[in-house]
Amino acid sequence: MAPPDTPPTAPIQLGEDGLTPEDLARPGTLGGIPMPESEPDSTFGQYLTAWAKRIRYGESGILPVVAGLIVLIIIFQVQDSVFLSAGNLTNLLVQGSVFVLLGMAEVWVLILGEIDLSVGYNAGVGAVITAILAGPPHNLPWWVAIMAGTAACATFGALWGVLVIRLRLPSFVVTLAGLLGLEGVVLYLVSTNGTGGTIRITNNVLLDITNGNLSPAAGWIVAVVAIVLFAVLTIARDLRRRRGGLVAPPMAITLVKVAFVAAATVALVLICNTNRGELITLEGVPYVVLIIAGFLVLYTFMLSRTRFGRYLYAIGGNAEAARRGGVSLGWNRLWAFTLTGFTGGAAGIIYASRLGSISNNIDGGTLVLYAVAAAVIGGASLFGGRGKMIYPVLGGLVIATIYNGMGLLGLAASYQYMVTALVLLAAVTIDALARRGRTST
Amino acid sequence: MSLTEERRATGDPGESAQQPLLSLRGIRKNFGAVQALRGVDLDIMPGKIAALVGDNGAGKSTLIKTIAGIWSPSAGELLWEGRPVTIRSPREADNLGIATVYQDLALCDNLDIVQNMFLGHEVLSRRLLDETKMEKKAKETLSDLAVTTVSSVRQLVGSLSGGQRQSVAVARAVMREARLVIMDEPTAALGVSQTAQVLDLIRRLGDRGIAVLLISHNLTDVFSVADSLAVLYLGKLVSSGSISDYDTQKAVEIITTGASGGPASQGRERTLPAD
Repeated sequence: MAPPDTPPTAPIQLGEDGLTPEDLARPGTLGGIPMPESEPDSTFGQYLTAWAKRIRYGESGILPVVAGLIVLIIIFQVQDSVFLSAGNLTNLLVQGSVFVLLGMAEVWVLILGEIDLSVGYNAGVGAVITAILAGPPHNLPWWVAIMAGTAACATFGALWGVLVIRLRLPSFVVTLAGLLGLEGVVLYLVSTNGTGGTIRITNNVLLDITNGNLSPAAGWIVAVVAIVLFAVLTIARDLRRRRGGLVAPPMAITLVKVAFVAAATVALVLICNTNRGELITLEGVPYVVLIIAGFLVLYTFMLSRTRFGRYLYAIGGNAEAARRGGVSLGWNRLWAFTLTGFTGGAAGIIYASRLGSISNNIDGGTLVLYAVAAAVIGGASLFGGRGKMIYPVLGGLVIATIYNGMGLLGLAASYQYMVTALVLLAAVTIDALARRGRTST
Repeated sequence: MSLTEERRATGDPGESAQQPLLSLRGIRKNFGAVQALRGVDLDIMPGKIAALVGDNGAGKSTLIKTIAGIWSPSAGELLWEGRPVTIRSPREADNLGIATVYQDLALCDNLDIVQNMFLGHEVLSRRLLDETKMEKKAKETLSDLAVTTVSSVRQLVGSLSGGQRQSVAVARAVMREARLVIMDEPTAALGVSQTAQVLDLIRRLGDRGIAVLLISHNLTDVFSVADSLAVLYLGKLVSSGSISDYDTQKAVEIITTGASGGPASQGRERTLPAD
C-alpha cells in the first residue's frame, strides 16, 4: 500500500509534522495557521489592513459612490453657493426620493440577475390608482388608496415574475412588454378618470408625504432614537460574536462607525430643521425622508438577516448551486418580482405627491432608466448576486445632485443627461476595474 | 475529533470482516438500446477510499449518478449497510448520508465560505439567520479537516483558489454528516500544491471514518490516496481489489484494454452473459 508521500510543494502540512490536534483547535487559528486579521483582539491597524485588502479584491462597497458624491457637492458648491443652503439640500432630498425608491425596487430583481423595465410606468399605475381612489367621487381614506395602488403594482410585478419563471422568458423582454402595456394602462386610466390629461391629488395626507414636515422637536426625537438603536444593535452584535469566540471588529472601529452614523443623522436633522421659508416658517424633516429611511432599514434587514434574502443572493450568484442546496428558485424569484412592483408603486405615489397630481405625460421610460442607474451607480451589479439597499440611496442622491446642481447653474436638460451618462459610465467602469482586480488575484 | 495517523499502517485487504457501507449488486443502466452499465458489483467500506477509474465512456459518471440518486438503475440492487435501499432523488441520497462533490462544485462565488457551507440548510434562531452559530460550526468543521489556507471564513468563495473551493465543498458535505462522499475528478483543474491539499483532505475524510468514492483520471493521485481500486470498462467492472495488488502499468493496461489480468483471484469480478 502506497504511503501518502508529502509533496515538497505542498503548503504547510498539518497533523503530520509537529502540529497536534490541540494546535488545530487553538482559537484564533484556523487549522494551525494564525490568522492575524481574525484574532478576536485584532487591533485597529490590522483591521484597516484587512479592509484595504478587501477593497483591492474588488469589494470596494460604497466607497467610490460616496467619494463621487462628495466631489459633485464640492463642484456645485464652488459654482453656486446656494447649493449647500438648507433650503436647497432639503429640496434635493425630496427630489432624490423618487429615484432612490425606484432604485430600491430595481435592486430586488437586479440581485437575481434579472431586470424590470416596467417599474417606471408601474409607478405611474400605482400613482394613478391611488389618486383616483383618494379623490372625488370615491374619496376613500388615503391608506386604502395607497394599499390598492401598491397592491396593483405588486400584482403586475408578480405577473412578470410568473412569465419569467414559468415560461422561462427573458425578464428584459417580459418587462419591456410591461413597459409598453402599463404606459397604455396609465393613459387609459387618466383619460377615463382625469380632466385634461391630469388627475389632481386633493388628499392632504398624500400631499404631505413630500410637502409636510416633522416638527423640529419630533425630528430630534426620531434622530436620537435611531442613533441609540443603531449603536445598541451594532455593539450588541459585536459582543455576541466575541462571546461566541468569533472575530469582531475592534471596538474603536465600531465606535467610529456609530459616530459617523450619528454625525450624518444629526447633520441631516440640523439642515432640515433650519427655517428655509421666505415668507412663512418652513422647517423640519420632510416625511418622505423618514419613509425612505424606513424602507432602507426594512429592506436591508430582509436581505441580510432572513433566509429569503440569502437565497436571492445565492440564486443570483449560481442558481444551480442554490437548487442543489434545496432552495426553491421559483418562489423566491416570484417574491422578488412582487417586491419590485410593490416598491415601484410606492415610488409612484411619492412622485405624484411631489407634483400634486399625476398626468398622462409621466415619462416612465426615463424613470426606469434612472432607477437602474441609481442602483448601478451605487454599486449593484447587472449580472446578479450583488446589491444592497444602501446602493440606490447613494446612487439616487448622485442623480438628484446632478439634476439639482445643474438646474441651479441654469444649464439645459441636455447637459444634465450627458453628465448623468458620464457618471453612470464612470460607476460601471470602476466596478469593472475592481472586479478585474479580484479575478486576477 | 482527533486525526488518527495510524490508519494506513493497518490498512490491508482484510476488510471482508467489516460490513460494507454501500454495496452495489448487478447494477445495470440502459438508455434506450445503449447499455451504459452492464452489471456492476462494488463494495464501498466505511473509512476507506475507493477509487473508480476507467476510460472516457466507461460508465463512471453513470455509476456515480446512480448512487447519487440522479437516476435509478434499470436493474440491480443497492445495499446500504446491508439493507436494500432505493435512491430515487438527490434528496434521498442526502438523507442516507451520501454527498456528491461535483466537478463544478456548485458553490456561489458571491457568497462567503460560511454562507456557502450552509446554503439551503441555514441555522435560524427566531426565524432569522443565526450567523454566529453558523460561523462557529463552519470554522470547527474546516479546522477538524485541517483546511488551512483560508484566511477567514468570511472570505468570498469567488476569491478562493481551486483547491480551497474543493475544500469548502468537501467541508460542506462533512458538516452535513455525510458518510459517503463521492468526488468526481476532484483534482482535474488543480495545480501541484493544490492537488496535494485536496489529496490530504481526502485522506482525512478516511481518517474520520467517512467512505470516499474517488473518480479520477489521474493514476498518480489514485495510487497516493486510495485503499482500493475498481476499473470500469465499457460499463462492466473488469477488475477490482486492494490498491496494493496493482501498479500504474497494470492499471493502465486494464483501463485501456479491459483485460482482466488483475486480481481476479479475489473473486470480485463478475463476467456477464453476452446479451
